[in-house]
Amino acid sequence: MNSSSGKGSMSTASSSAAWKTGDVVPDKFPAGLRVLVVDDDPTCLMILEKMLRTCLYEVTKCNRAETALCMLRENKNGFDIVISDVHMPDMDGFKLLEHIGLEMDLPVIMMSADDGKHVVMKGVTHGACDYLIKPVRIEALKNIWQHVVRKRRNEWKDFEQSGSVEEGDRQQKQSEDADYSSSANEGNWKSSKKRKDDEDETDERDDTSSLKKPRVVWSVELHQQFVTAVNQLGIDKAVPKKILELMNVPGLTRENVASHLQKYRLYLRRLSGVSQHQGNLNNPFISSQETTFGPLSSLNGLDLQTLAATGQLPAQSLATLQAAGLGRSTAKSGVPLPLVDQRNIFSFENPKLRFGEGQQQHMNNNKQINLLHGIPTTMEPKQLASLHHTAQSIGNINMQVTSHGAQSGQNSSLLMQMAQPQARGPTLDSTVGHAPRLPSSMGQPILSNGIAANVSTRNGIPENIRAPGYNPVSQTSSMLNFPMNHTSELPGNSFPLGSTPGISSLTSRRAFQEEVNSEIKVPSGFMPSYAIFNDLNQHKPQNWELENVGMTFDASQHSNSLQGNLDLTQSVLVQQGFSSRQVNGQSRSAAVVSKAVFSAADGTEHVIAQNVNQHLDSLLVDNTIRVKSERVADASAANLFPDHFGQEDLMSALLKQQEGIAPAENEFAFDGYSMDNIPG
Amino acid sequence: MEKNPMRRQLAIMRQALFDQGYLDEQFIQLEELQDDANPNFVEEVVTSYYRDSARLILKIEQALERKPFDFNKLDGYMHQFKGSSSSIGAKKVKAESTLFREHCNSGNGEGCVRAFQQLKQEYATLKKKLEAYFQLARQAGPMETACRPK
Repeated sequence: MNSSSGKGSMSTASSSAAWKTGDVVPDKFPAGLRVLVVDDDPTCLMILEKMLRTCLYEVTKCNRAETALCMLRENKNGFDIVISDVHMPDMDGFKLLEHIGLEMDLPVIMMSADDGKHVVMKGVTHGACDYLIKPVRIEALKNIWQHVVRKRRNEWKDFEQSGSVEEGDRQQKQSEDADYSSSANEGNWKSSKKRKDDEDETDERDDTSSLKKPRVVWSVELHQQFVTAVNQLGIDKAVPKKILELMNVPGLTRENVASHLQKYRLYLRRLSGVSQHQGNLNNPFISSQETTFGPLSSLNGLDLQTLAATGQLPAQSLATLQAAGLGRSTAKSGVPLPLVDQRNIFSFENPKLRFGEGQQQHMNNNKQINLLHGIPTTMEPKQLASLHHTAQSIGNINMQVTSHGAQSGQNSSLLMQMAQPQARGPTLDSTVGHAPRLPSSMGQPILSNGIAANVSTRNGIPENIRAPGYNPVSQTSSMLNFPMNHTSELPGNSFPLGSTPGISSLTSRRAFQEEVNSEIKVPSGFMPSYAIFNDLNQHKPQNWELENVGMTFDASQHSNSLQGNLDLTQSVLVQQGFSSRQVNGQSRSAAVVSKAVFSAADGTEHVIAQNVNQHLDSLLVDNTIRVKSERVADASAANLFPDHFGQEDLMSALLKQQEGIAPAENEFAFDGYSMDNIPG
Repeated sequence: MEKNPMRRQLAIMRQALFDQGYLDEQFIQLEELQDDANPNFVEEVVTSYYRDSARLILKIEQALERKPFDFNKLDGYMHQFKGSSSSIGAKKVKAESTLFREHCNSGNGEGCVRAFQQLKQEYATLKKKLEAYFQLARQAGPMETACRPK
């Protein structure tokens, strides 16, 4: 019938015209009335549908209340009236009635075989505009349009009284003044109503004229606003309506906020809960954020987008990351995303992310082993988790490194986690604050290979390290320098490992990565990094572009938030590196490396981080080494990391490592880090 | 056009269903909904009813096997069953459902069991009669248009 948007009556065009002038009113109404009928009994539904069709209404049938609500929500102006059964298995009819009244304000007719007085009364009190006793006769349905008209008229009256001069109002008045027939009346109010609806809608909704609401793209900024609002209200108290008010974004609807909030909550829950899989974190968010982040996400698989979307990733960081990633080249290849940024994000956003809690233990236990093992191809969640912990403990451990190896998901998580931990401690705070710090240069898209890891470490180091002297990747060790426990801000490119060699950070990162992966509690801020990392991993497991690594890290490293960044980087690195799967054989070197890192890292925290780092390192090393064997730093990788990092250094370091694992040891002064973990 | 004997038979059969109280006004409502677009609407609805209500019958049966009776649950099932039955105009079945519910409300387990037995009988009887009716209708239907005394 007519599908005039919102009008629901057939001759919309002509009617409106007619209505406008207040002249002829089409007699077609109530034909075309859009009815939604909800009943769990299929026989009844069949009969009702046929009856309503016979009345010339546009019928949509639904046998579940939930489905009906979805339909109504998706299509705000798609229906004029709802008819619902009282007794339904999935939801009480009165509840549905309430929902509809609150959300859509449509007239609802209740039906039931039950004609008991109290039930009918309940219908009245819940706001049903009518109550039909089953079996329903077609005669009863022929007049349901009156409820639609009545409601509109009442709304208009309110509207009019509110003083706003609306065309609809005028129309209404005109119609009222005129001596019109009821049909004319309907015509009038219909158009007016439509207008009124439109007006009402306009404020809240983007698209009032069409039935479909345009999708809201949760950009970074928007998401940030959202998160700000949520944080202001307190996650428990954050209700869509209030969030919407706080956000004060024109065109945004409560429903948009509500669905976004739901996703956000899921995300947070994931962060807090033990993330089972590495990629998990990213997943939910990625989907929702997909649109916004597009290319970025592809980068890592990490939900950079999500992260960003969730506001974790500071807009800037995200942007940076994205830019980096995108700018670099194919996102895939080397997510040039500013790892650092990611880290920042991570670290700052959810410092308190649950990450740390379990992780500590985690880390200690698993790290080493995990790191190494995890590195190959997929960072085992455990590892990630351990990394996570490590990261946590380390504070700002640049867990990222860890995640590096861990495949995409893992890495991210690690990173994120790493970042998290950082957030926890004081360093975290700093990092946290830095969220936006994510260096745009993050371009280090997860150092696809070990290099990345290295690099990340460097970047990650920011946590504490503010030390400009981050040595990044020049040798794995340097990479590992994640300033593991410091939230030092890594100076932009100088991976200021500061405290200890990035290695440790790296390791920790790696460890974290692994752990993180498992938990991927990536703080919202982390998300992005993960994505980045994931991506990096994926793409270039082999490309240990050290150079890139270095570079990326550098960029991201700056600022404490780097920790997060570091993590990112690290994770990236780890991921990359590890994915190279070299871990197996090379674990040794990795171990060595990690060891070095550990040693580099200082601070108690570092201890754990160290473990992690070690893992990370191992992982990294492995990866790097492996990579080396496979293919030394792919060119692409190189692209990834632009120059911040002393790529050469990194490269050389990596190369060195690769050539000979042993050397790594030397370099790192490993104390006999047992590479047992590394799956041989 | 002389009325097809089959059609006449059909009309008689139909009338008997009403006279004997098997069907009520609601069935006529369904018949009135039948049109060229849905020439077998009534049969479709009745088929759907028997298919869905069979599940309910089973649930009630199972519930009646668990002692003590959960009257609330039984009442709930029966309420659903009643709604369905009334929508196709199954008069006797509906009456038995009402009785069953009354027993539920008064907590009369035995009464429930008895009423349920009665209900099942009526349910089965109606099913047979309607099946025969529709079968005849299908035979008589197409013939009606084509049939002309030759």
